[in-house]
Amino acid sequence: MIAIIDYGAGNIFSVKNALDFLGVESVLTKDKCEIEAADAVILPGVGAFPWAMGELNKSGLVATVKHEAERKPFLGICLGMQLIFEKGYEFSECEGLGLIPGYVDKIDSPDLIIPHMGWNRLEVNNKDCPLLDGLTGEDYVYFVHSYKAFTDNKYIASYVEYGSEVPALVHDGKFVYGAQFHPEKSGKIGLKILQNFANL
Amino acid sequence: MLAKRIIPCLDVRDGKVVKGVNFEGIKEVGDPVELACEYNLQGADELVFYDITASHEGRRAMLDVVENTAKKVFIPLAVGGGIKTIDDIRDTLRAGADKVSVNSQAVKNPDLIREGADIFGSQCIVVGIDAKKVADGKWTVYINGGRIDMGLDLIDWAKKAADLGAGEICLNSIDTDGVRGGFDIPMLNAVCNSVNIPVIASGGCGKIEHFYEAFEKTDCSAALAASLFHFKELTCGEVKEYLSKRGVPVRTVSHKLGPRLF
Repeated sequence: MIAIIDYGAGNIFSVKNALDFLGVESVLTKDKCEIEAADAVILPGVGAFPWAMGELNKSGLVATVKHEAERKPFLGICLGMQLIFEKGYEFSECEGLGLIPGYVDKIDSPDLIIPHMGWNRLEVNNKDCPLLDGLTGEDYVYFVHSYKAFTDNKYIASYVEYGSEVPALVHDGKFVYGAQFHPEKSGKIGLKILQNFANL
Repeated sequence: MLAKRIIPCLDVRDGKVVKGVNFEGIKEVGDPVELACEYNLQGADELVFYDITASHEGRRAMLDVVENTAKKVFIPLAVGGGIKTIDDIRDTLRAGADKVSVNSQAVKNPDLIREGADIFGSQCIVVGIDAKKVADGKWTVYINGGRIDMGLDLIDWAKKAADLGAGEICLNSIDTDGVRGGFDIPMLNAVCNSVNIPVIASGGCGKIEHFYEAFEKTDCSAALAASLFHFKELTCGEVKEYLSKRGVPVRTVSHKLGPRLF
């Protein structure tokens, strides 16, 4: 059973739809006990960093999320991936979950169209990341974001080129994973990545 | 590298895909969920459902279409047509759409863009614009399906929409729409050069070369077409293969993962 944390952010039904399609059991929840009882946790999210951290704080889930991420597979998606880091600078400086060292700031280049929206090709940085199992080498996934993660190269399992290298999939080497793209909206490749996560 | 997107648009009335045929009226061409699945398999990068219904029942049918599609098709889904209020946006996103396209109502009430972007995020607010040439390098914005000239300058409106928080602009040229002689390159360039958000080219695509022309001559991020795909003159896969051979970055859909997932 995968707990998809429902803290009012974005289109969480698509994550559930994708897991249903794969035949993976999941539940949308903000209940602490359900999150603790689950085999794995997904933190989805669309919106702004400070707003999302505020909602997580209001739900009283920050401590639970931090604790569970140390003992079972944890996947942050899009904004959920950004929240994994220590700090965000969207509008104002804001404390993140601090599961992986690093911070989140604007994709800053005057020549680029922002948001980075559409399909971009994954470049593998760490082929041992289990979420990349069985991919084809021509793996396009769907992005929509205006901020990106800044973190040590050792946490970056895969990146895409957009003006500079943009971390696409991060992994702490243990239980914590983060996808800047939307695997639930990335066709076959995205479903394969979600299946890999469910198989952990 | 970011791929250029190919987006089929499906006009939906009372839960069925329809297509205007030679001014003789409208013909049903199929079930939207089935067509969406087919386009997905062909390698469409995104799908647009355009609701041409004015009725309440039609709207409900549209939401059902979105809901059923979102359970089977895992690429971004956008819905346009008749979206007037924040509640319309909410209902559409809840049904499983990733984006809504607002057009006439955004011109009448630009705050809809700002409010929608504030509540749901810019990424899901597409501003659809219908425009027509009035002089060289000058176009005005029309509403109500291209029937009413608002006398509003296209470039001013595109900039304003971006400032209000639009995540994308879908730019339809009334002059080229339905003519099948190619996208409106001057109009696209004028808008792409004045905003910093993605622009989708719409209206006028009649053959495979027109997709290439749009990406070669303008900075548009995506190209949208309807009848070419409906009438099976081209598949999304053929368009992408053509573009890829000519050096346009497109998302290729690998079959190496096998059929099991679809």
